[in-house]
Amino acid sequence: MAAAAAARGCGGVWRWAWQRGAGGPAPAPRGQRAVACNARGGAVPEGKSGLAPWVPVVGLEIHAQISSNSKLFSGSQVQFAAPPNSLVSFFDASLPGTLPVLNRRCVEAAVMTGLALNCSINKKSLFDRKHYFYADLPAGYQITQQRVPIAVNGSLSYSLCIDNKMSQMVTKTVRIKQIQLEQDSGKSLHDDTRSQTLVDLNRAGVGLMEVVMEPDMCCGEEAAAAVRELQLILQTLGSSQAVMADYEIQRQIEELENGGTILNETRAFDSKLGCTVPMRDKEGKQDYRFMPEPNLPPLILYDAKSLPANLNHQQVVNIDWIHERLPDLPSVKRAKLVEQYGILPEHSFTLLNEDGLTEFFENVVKQTQMKPKKVIGWILKDLLSYLKQHSLTVKESPVSSFLLADLLNLLEKKEISSTAAKQVLAELWKGEGKTPLEIVKEQKLELIQDQKELEQICQAVIDGQENEVMAIKAGNRKVLNKLIGLVQRETQGRSNPVLVKQLLEKKLSE
Amino acid sequence: MRALCLGRWLRTAPGAARGAGEGRLPLPLPVPPARAVPTAPVVSPAWVPPRPAWQHGQQRPAPQQKVTVEVLDHLEHLALVDFRDAEGVERLQKAVQFADQLHEVNTDGVEPMDSVLEDRCLYLREDDVTEGNCTNELLKNAREKVEEYFVAPPGNIPLPKLEERETFLQGF
Repeated sequence: MAAAAAARGCGGVWRWAWQRGAGGPAPAPRGQRAVACNARGGAVPEGKSGLAPWVPVVGLEIHAQISSNSKLFSGSQVQFAAPPNSLVSFFDASLPGTLPVLNRRCVEAAVMTGLALNCSINKKSLFDRKHYFYADLPAGYQITQQRVPIAVNGSLSYSLCIDNKMSQMVTKTVRIKQIQLEQDSGKSLHDDTRSQTLVDLNRAGVGLMEVVMEPDMCCGEEAAAAVRELQLILQTLGSSQAVMADYEIQRQIEELENGGTILNETRAFDSKLGCTVPMRDKEGKQDYRFMPEPNLPPLILYDAKSLPANLNHQQVVNIDWIHERLPDLPSVKRAKLVEQYGILPEHSFTLLNEDGLTEFFENVVKQTQMKPKKVIGWILKDLLSYLKQHSLTVKESPVSSFLLADLLNLLEKKEISSTAAKQVLAELWKGEGKTPLEIVKEQKLELIQDQKELEQICQAVIDGQENEVMAIKAGNRKVLNKLIGLVQRETQGRSNPVLVKQLLEKKLSE
Repeated sequence: MRALCLGRWLRTAPGAARGAGEGRLPLPLPVPPARAVPTAPVVSPAWVPPRPAWQHGQQRPAPQQKVTVEVLDHLEHLALVDFRDAEGVERLQKAVQFADQLHEVNTDGVEPMDSVLEDRCLYLREDDVTEGNCTNELLKNAREKVEEYFVAPPGNIPLPKLEERETFLQGF
């Protein structure tokens, strides 16, 4: 939606907690397995007292800024990097006499996201006030959805590689507890030298979707993979640009807050493992004094069955209508790529992970006779590594899909060898505007097409390597490779090794 | 001004006398002295009684919860108020008592009302930019500003723990 990238597209809050594994005297409500997992799949040692070991669980709360033109409850513009306090209305500044008016686009974004995450959409949801004091929250409260949020009970499937090998991917699922609409706060710039805070309210009131995940993840790697997938989904839907995620480890060990002895055990446990202990919560418990937002009646959503006949279209958000228009989610896109082009699942992940790479790949495939299975190798190994080395995005690539397709065609027609092709690509990368054919001609990389010339060279090599020839004729086929190598050297790499092998074999069998 | 008849909703306290006098609204409510309405439109001032017009005279036998020092410390942390002395705490106590009178009303089977707008449809606005760009107006009333930023005191400095600060609450 908005062309400019959001600086705070995605903010996350880690919730670390420790739970007893099942089987201890006080089994955890969620029934965690007794053997804790960690990233490497090793078992976590038992606690001293012989009870089931403590199992780390990670839950995330992600705040994604909604892609919209105006704010959640006011008509101020949503834009990154504007002059301070220029995108602020009287309501955003919390001046008396102003009232919130809900933005329809934000509701649709939340419904889209809820549907994409397999949530139940609450046809009636409510708004509440969450009170706390801070300079960038002029009203002293934030309008959120604490009692009945817009979407609940969803799931997010993500994949991650075990042991850093791309070849072994497992699929995991994390439950989504709820998605709620809420306001963003302004921005504070702390000036410690002058003992003051400068407040910019441009961001105050911007719509956020808070996605709350259950603590189903065991470690940082899982959490990172889940967030990456969520990011891709949000970008695909267009409900959020989800540009940047920043994590905060916030929630403390809730289970342990009351028991003194349990705390001691945990400390011992920690020193054994050498784990980082989560940050202490803010001084004391916060009391948000939640209360219903009296200026906003309940938000009612409709579907095809409950659609009222007499209501103005503009006032109606139809869940089914939105559902029908959901774009293909990343998981579906990946499956389609694998099916259509015969590439591996891991390849599809890499294609979707890089912005614009899928499009590039598909364009090359369209313009070349080379099979997609071979093309993908060039895209992921050669092109992508160049891009990464030079920190370029696909859009900034000096080699266009057209040029690469051209090059691959030469290779496919056997006009050059694959070694030569790599040389040409290196040259193309300089971005000097030459075509692959021009480079091939310049550097004399064409494969020798003249059969007679090749035969002559083969003969010359055979004549010069009596011992090797005898070894081959005696049955040692491996020596043939040495002869092929010699021919390659003679031709400066311009001979097709398959053809050379054939010619040599023919000559040697004569 | 029509008097409100709360009689129906008042819980019957054990052994309470339900008659005029203690614990009932004096009917009708005191009305401000009549004023001759002048010809020119004038906004009549709001009339706020100088003392509470109604007092719950009945001493409830139910235990009144004293405000504990933990609660007071918590409030001081949250709202940065300073209860300062016994009178401050007593005033809070009275305020809590006054608010507790709401418990007199029998709300069994009655859904809480969130908003007087509960029967209305929530209006949905189109996603158009219609406001903003009024930096000067917003900053006009700010006592302090720095280059179009509002100036606020440094970020939330949490109150030190009860043991670590000098306060009346220590000896509470």
